[in-house]
Amino acid sequence: MTATSWLLVALPALGALVLLLGGRRTNAWGHLLGCATVLAAFVYGLVLFFSTTGKAAGERVADVNLFSWIPVDALQVDFGLRIDPLSVTFVLLITGVGSVIHIYSIGYMEHDDDRRKFFAYLNLFVAAMLVLVLGNSFVTLYLGWEGVGLASYLLIGFWQDRPSAATAAKKAFLMNRVGDVGLALAIFLMWKYVGSTQYSEVFAGVGEIPTGAVLAIGLLLLLGACGKSGQFPLQAWLPDAMEGPTPVSALIHAATMVTAGVYLVARANPIYNETATGQLVVTLVGVVTLLIGAIIGCAYDDIKKVLAYSTVSQIGYMMLAVGLGPIGYALGIMHLLTHGFFKAGLFLGAGSVMHGMNDEVDIRKFGGLWRKMPITAVTFGLGYLALIGFPFLSGFYSKDAIIEAAFGKPGWQGWVFGGAAMLGAGLTAFYMTRLFLLTFFGKPRWKDIKSSDGREFHPHESPAVMTVPMILLAFGSIGAGFFLYSGDRLVTWLAPSLGELAHAEQTAIDPGLVPPLTVGLSALGALLAWLLVARKETPVERPERVSAVVRAARNDLYGNALNETLIARPGTWLARALVYVDNKGVDGLVNGLAATLGGSSGRLRRLQTGFVRSYALSMLGGSILVLAALLMVRFA
Amino acid sequence: MLTSSVLTSGLLAQQGQPPGQGGAPEIDYLAILPIIIIFGAAAVGVLLEAVLPKHQRWSVQVGLSILAIVGAGLAFAYYVSDAPTEGITTIAGALSIDQPALFLWGTLLALGFGSILLIADRSVEPGGAFVAEAAIRPGTVQDRAQAQTTGMQTEVFPLALFALGGMMTFCAANDLLTMFIALEVLSLPLYLLCGLARRRRLLSQEAAVKYFLLGAFASAFFLYGLALLYGYAGSVKLADIATAAAGTDRSDALLFGGLGLLVVGLLFKGSVGPFHTWTPDVYQGAPTPVTAFMAACTKVAAFGGMLRVLTVAFESTSWEWRGVLWGVAIVSMVIGAILGLTQTDVKRMIAYSSIAHAGFLLIGTIALTDQGVSATMFYLLAYGFTTLAAFGVVSLVRDSSGEATHLSQWAGLAKRSPLIAAVFTFLLLALTGIPLTSGFVGKFVVFSAAIEDGMAPLVVIALVASAVAAFFYLRVIVLMYFSEPAEDGPTVSVPGTFTTAAITLGVAVTVLLGVLPTVVLDWATAGGGFAS
Repeated sequence: MTATSWLLVALPALGALVLLLGGRRTNAWGHLLGCATVLAAFVYGLVLFFSTTGKAAGERVADVNLFSWIPVDALQVDFGLRIDPLSVTFVLLITGVGSVIHIYSIGYMEHDDDRRKFFAYLNLFVAAMLVLVLGNSFVTLYLGWEGVGLASYLLIGFWQDRPSAATAAKKAFLMNRVGDVGLALAIFLMWKYVGSTQYSEVFAGVGEIPTGAVLAIGLLLLLGACGKSGQFPLQAWLPDAMEGPTPVSALIHAATMVTAGVYLVARANPIYNETATGQLVVTLVGVVTLLIGAIIGCAYDDIKKVLAYSTVSQIGYMMLAVGLGPIGYALGIMHLLTHGFFKAGLFLGAGSVMHGMNDEVDIRKFGGLWRKMPITAVTFGLGYLALIGFPFLSGFYSKDAIIEAAFGKPGWQGWVFGGAAMLGAGLTAFYMTRLFLLTFFGKPRWKDIKSSDGREFHPHESPAVMTVPMILLAFGSIGAGFFLYSGDRLVTWLAPSLGELAHAEQTAIDPGLVPPLTVGLSALGALLAWLLVARKETPVERPERVSAVVRAARNDLYGNALNETLIARPGTWLARALVYVDNKGVDGLVNGLAATLGGSSGRLRRLQTGFVRSYALSMLGGSILVLAALLMVRFA
Repeated sequence: MLTSSVLTSGLLAQQGQPPGQGGAPEIDYLAILPIIIIFGAAAVGVLLEAVLPKHQRWSVQVGLSILAIVGAGLAFAYYVSDAPTEGITTIAGALSIDQPALFLWGTLLALGFGSILLIADRSVEPGGAFVAEAAIRPGTVQDRAQAQTTGMQTEVFPLALFALGGMMTFCAANDLLTMFIALEVLSLPLYLLCGLARRRRLLSQEAAVKYFLLGAFASAFFLYGLALLYGYAGSVKLADIATAAAGTDRSDALLFGGLGLLVVGLLFKGSVGPFHTWTPDVYQGAPTPVTAFMAACTKVAAFGGMLRVLTVAFESTSWEWRGVLWGVAIVSMVIGAILGLTQTDVKRMIAYSSIAHAGFLLIGTIALTDQGVSATMFYLLAYGFTTLAAFGVVSLVRDSSGEATHLSQWAGLAKRSPLIAAVFTFLLLALTGIPLTSGFVGKFVVFSAAIEDGMAPLVVIALVASAVAAFFYLRVIVLMYFSEPAEDGPTVSVPGTFTTAAITLGVAVTVLLGVLPTVVLDWATAGGGFAS
């Protein structure tokens, strides 16, 4: 069964190939082929899953070597796949959610001329993402890593005639490069110290790497993870990435690709287990990001951007979890899975709302939409409840487990991390409640205004091809958490890949208190949001006279300004200085030299008079010089 | 008769050999068969001019010339297949048929073949590039009348063969007297050939006179140097001069004075600066096929002779003279590269390019190692074919008054004639020394030989000069591809079989030596060096 697992990658890759090379001829059936290949990969993944569960726990990790990829002297990289519980879990998430979103896209992209190209890119993304999670060496992972980066770039900029989309795509690409350099350097270091990039050999040899080098590898891997997953300080590209079509936001920038950083840290767990400092940095990044995301989420009015910052924040939870070490790896993956369901569902719901509202994204212009689009309202509502950790829905299980584990850190760390995670939960409840209420309840503010292109709003429910995927994902929002949590099902299943889940010896506060406290804080947040929204009329125009905190949040807590000041502006200055040196110094030198040569050429030309007498004279002169020089060398 | 016999036996006695039967020296006819064939065919050609009716001469002369070169090539190939590695000397030591001589003979025969093809072409210009009756004064009524006719002065073929035979002898000459005679045999026909252009006859005749006067001047230097060296060594044989220089108490003033004057004569033929002044004028004025012949073959002969003289006769004194030739090489490279920048005539531009290349060749020549010798010979072969094809292309670009050699007329050529522009671009890149062309390999082997022999500063200067020279090659490419064509610009003639064959030959060798240089390099480096 595992020997043919390359089919998993090959199917969507084939789809992308056919759609890209086939051109317009495939317009009529291209979207169907795109869905079929991903569905086939999903079915294959299911079969693979059941064949893996059939084995004893010790035999669930299998490496499939396909071919020798880069055989260069001492550097031997084999292209191979690792079939183990962790990768199979991701395969199911990617192909499962991927299939649902592919189907949804048939409806969402129906009126777009380039729908075939869209499906080609989506297939390309799925193939690359599968290479990323299935590869059995860091170089193969890097291949997939760059592949999803490319697909992300292409899809964010899918409507490339919009300047904002083109800019956002470029921004995402550039910021990802920063992270990718970190990943590449980490791989170089592994090769330097271990002499291999295969997981099996790197993880076996990690004990012999000097402590400093392990820390460097860990931090560089984290840099890569931050770039891909939109973690502090590289978070600024992710909200802008919402310029892409909404299914892309759901699949790539919520459910799968942006969680690759979490996967990377979890996959490299033997490395992080060796470096406590590295783990601490991962945890800090996670905590900072989850708070930043939640705070900024409170200030935005753009439905997709709020969801995007919510994603940033939720991935912060996952980072926090995997940074906790053996007590958190599996919890991070569990939150990743449940988040994949409910966040994808939320984005599809947002897409459905936009679909019915002339692509409007400003929640201030919504209101009372539940009457017009009840299915969207219900599925969105379930996703919302799951996200804020409503008891017994998906998020409740996965998020509480992380908060609980965070309190398990000894000393001040437990208090800080646990407290921050709990505060984040309250903030999440606040902004999500605000979003949900403003969109689906209250006065229908859209009645008195027109959309930016001058049309009136006629909200309506989306077609079945869009609502069915939303309903499917809503089931995930409800039940996935309980299913994965009950009986430690996921934790046991992942143990061959991530090690047994450890439990903290003592926690800062009684573990029994965490769920009620979290739920209470969330309820408080939700209540505040309700009071804010329901107590007074919501203006359609965004008020500009706001407090400093809100202004800061609206400006992404100055994340862009920070990047601008620290990276972009010095870069521009350096570039300008170099241009100046090039223009004045280098060009001046070159042009001056050329002018000198040309001038001397013009002067020397006059010696070529055309008179034989002067030619003979010059020959005589030359001869005398040669003779004189020869005799001088000899006799002087 | 008596005198010559006494002289011969005297020379032989000096060499320590017993006089042969009747005083005649031993001659290895098989070894010198290629020269005999070429000279024989040239002599027959002169006779045919007297015998044949006018309308038959062209075809017979072309056939005879090609046959002679092919025949000489076959004789050459037969001899090479079984030649002794260390080489032989024959005709009482007057000629040395050794590995370098054989390599240069092969080069000369191949380049001579290409040149004869260019000379023979009558399709580009009706009647060929040569005047019908050279004796008619330019500008007269008769001259205008003959411009309409399609005849040509078919003596050019025997003349070219004489020149070729002289060049081959020059490369193999083992004593200075033979060398001087070979020098005159190769030069005199060239002077004549330069003056035979069909168009712009005054320019052509002026070039011939200039070349003749300056050539005579240079020959005088050579001869005077020869006399001084005879006074020094008491012999004109290269080997004897070497022996004398190695350890005697004779006046070194004679030795170095003689060397200096001799070298000036050789440098003149190789158009090395500052003895280059004739080159641009003559290259421009001469009929283009003759320019191609001179640029390709005369350089081979001149540098072949220089290699032999310097290596065989003056190796022991190289410490004294090498520095001077360093200076000469620098002057030549600088003059060629810098003056080439402002040229507006494509033939003059290639002339200055050849002066710069002469500087590069001189670097290889004064390396005086086996590597230097083989590198220089390779460079000669590579440069010869490239420049031959380049002049072949120049002869194709024409307007109503003949060849359009002014660079402004080449603007936008790529739009009208992409193939010719591409070929010329390739040849210019080869002259620049871009990889995958023979020019790169040639420069590479010459410069690496020079570095091995401790001449790194000279190589640095050479590289700078190459970079400067690259400007004027690339300028032509820019002109051809990125400029708008002139209103009534020149057209490109459809070349006939002969010119096509010559250009194809040149381009093919340029590609081949750029991609697979080892084929020829192995031959150039094999063998036992100079025999004397």
